[in-house]
Amino acid sequence: MRKVGIAGVGLVTPLGNRPADVLTAVRAGKSALALHPGFPEQYYASLLPREGACEEHFFEQVSLQAARMAVEDAGINPSDPSTGFVLSSIKGDIEHFGQNDVSLAYSAGNIARALGVQNPPIVVSNACISGLAALVQGMRMIRSGQYIRVIVVGTELQSPFIVTGFQSLKALSVEPCKPFDAHRVGLNLGEASAAMVLQADEGEWELVEGAIRNDANHISGPSRTGEGSYNALRAVLPHCDKKDLAFVNVHGTATVYNDEMEAIALSRAGLLDVPVNALKGYFGHTMGAAGILESILSMKALEAGVVLATRGFSELGVSFPVKVSAQEQKAAGRSFIKLLSGFGGVNGALLFRKGGSL
Amino acid sequence: MRQVNIPCGADLVQLYRQEVGDYPKFFKMDTLSRLGILLTERLVAGEPERFQPREDRAVLVFSREGCLANDRHYVASMEDFPSPSLFVYTLPNIVAGEISIRNKYAGETSAFVLEKYDEEAIFTLVRQAFLDPVTKSAVVIWADCADDTQWNARGWLVEREEL
Repeated sequence: MRKVGIAGVGLVTPLGNRPADVLTAVRAGKSALALHPGFPEQYYASLLPREGACEEHFFEQVSLQAARMAVEDAGINPSDPSTGFVLSSIKGDIEHFGQNDVSLAYSAGNIARALGVQNPPIVVSNACISGLAALVQGMRMIRSGQYIRVIVVGTELQSPFIVTGFQSLKALSVEPCKPFDAHRVGLNLGEASAAMVLQADEGEWELVEGAIRNDANHISGPSRTGEGSYNALRAVLPHCDKKDLAFVNVHGTATVYNDEMEAIALSRAGLLDVPVNALKGYFGHTMGAAGILESILSMKALEAGVVLATRGFSELGVSFPVKVSAQEQKAAGRSFIKLLSGFGGVNGALLFRKGGSL
Repeated sequence: MRQVNIPCGADLVQLYRQEVGDYPKFFKMDTLSRLGILLTERLVAGEPERFQPREDRAVLVFSREGCLANDRHYVASMEDFPSPSLFVYTLPNIVAGEISIRNKYAGETSAFVLEKYDEEAIFTLVRQAFLDPVTKSAVVIWADCADDTQWNARGWLVEREEL
């Protein structure tokens, strides 16, 4: 089976667009979380600037911007017939509900065609693990021989639809979020687009193995035993030498239940001695972009030899002694695991490894 | 490969009473999830060890419209008081989660949106899902709802050996 490498990356975030700049901002402890007027209730979120943007097509615009950056970084031609396209998003262009065709299929078609991709687009909309699931899908498309390369783009924009929904669930924090902290009170939402070009046998990074597992427990609450998250970890860990595992970049939404569930899953998987970090304190929860955005930041951090700090964390507030990286620390190892969980009981784990050229 | 469908416009509550009957959570579900539950019931009813928890069965759901039919209900609720019980159904993968919970399937669950109904594209993705070595069978659902009365809903039970 062919190895799946990462040949290029692209970002559009409130902390900058060049991956190197975004890494610098994160290492300096910057956050784009700010208080915004609500509908009517105020909310903390990390939002993209919209000045000068075409409001009506903003979703497609930012997705294209990130995708083109990744395409250029990889030096590929998207019109090549062996190129696939996967969009990851939960709500897509929902802010224009009632005005445009806001289906994910319509947005994906427009983005794929604007890129010049010849093959039909696929949308992965698997709640908060969408970005990770889209990378797993891209990996499978290459391993199965369907495509040589796959452009994977994850984008989420915030709007009254999503903000009022999370407010109705009482899931939003009224202050900047505190992943894994004893005083955490909820999550912050975020906007971003993040893209990767996956390519057979190319790139300095390899997508080694990924797995998706369901809790089979509750549609909007995580499992009390961390079942799906643990099972996803259990599926990828045999592909990893633990001594080579630099860190686990967890979901860390800073809701009481998510972080506790992840701590249970990490404990069951025997990962309490591995550094853990969460990036929601910098970008908020970027939903369909999170899996790709947080993976890119984790890659760039490991290239710089560090485990990023968990902004917002100060005092451990989960039942197991998870090694949360409060401050930036030196990384030991060439691999990391990205972990995510979401509504519908879905959980995902994806193992990345840095090599030389594949 | 077992294949079933639910005719457009069928009375889903009546089907529930005839074919399920003992799972009242059905009544809180949106149309998409109701279709998923009923299709799965038709695929797996009578299987030995039906409700034993298992990790070797995936649930893969496909559509063109995602959950837009229910999104409309949530948007309507926003005018008055945003409804958390409607909001949780505004994700295209919730139907897969409902099928998992009902049937105790702890394997992969994934939701895909395609530009149109395309059986070849669906089964390409299904075959790729079997690259996960734990997955031995999959409930595959195409459930596309224009609204609460119009849909295209069909399901397949796919065993690894059949691909």
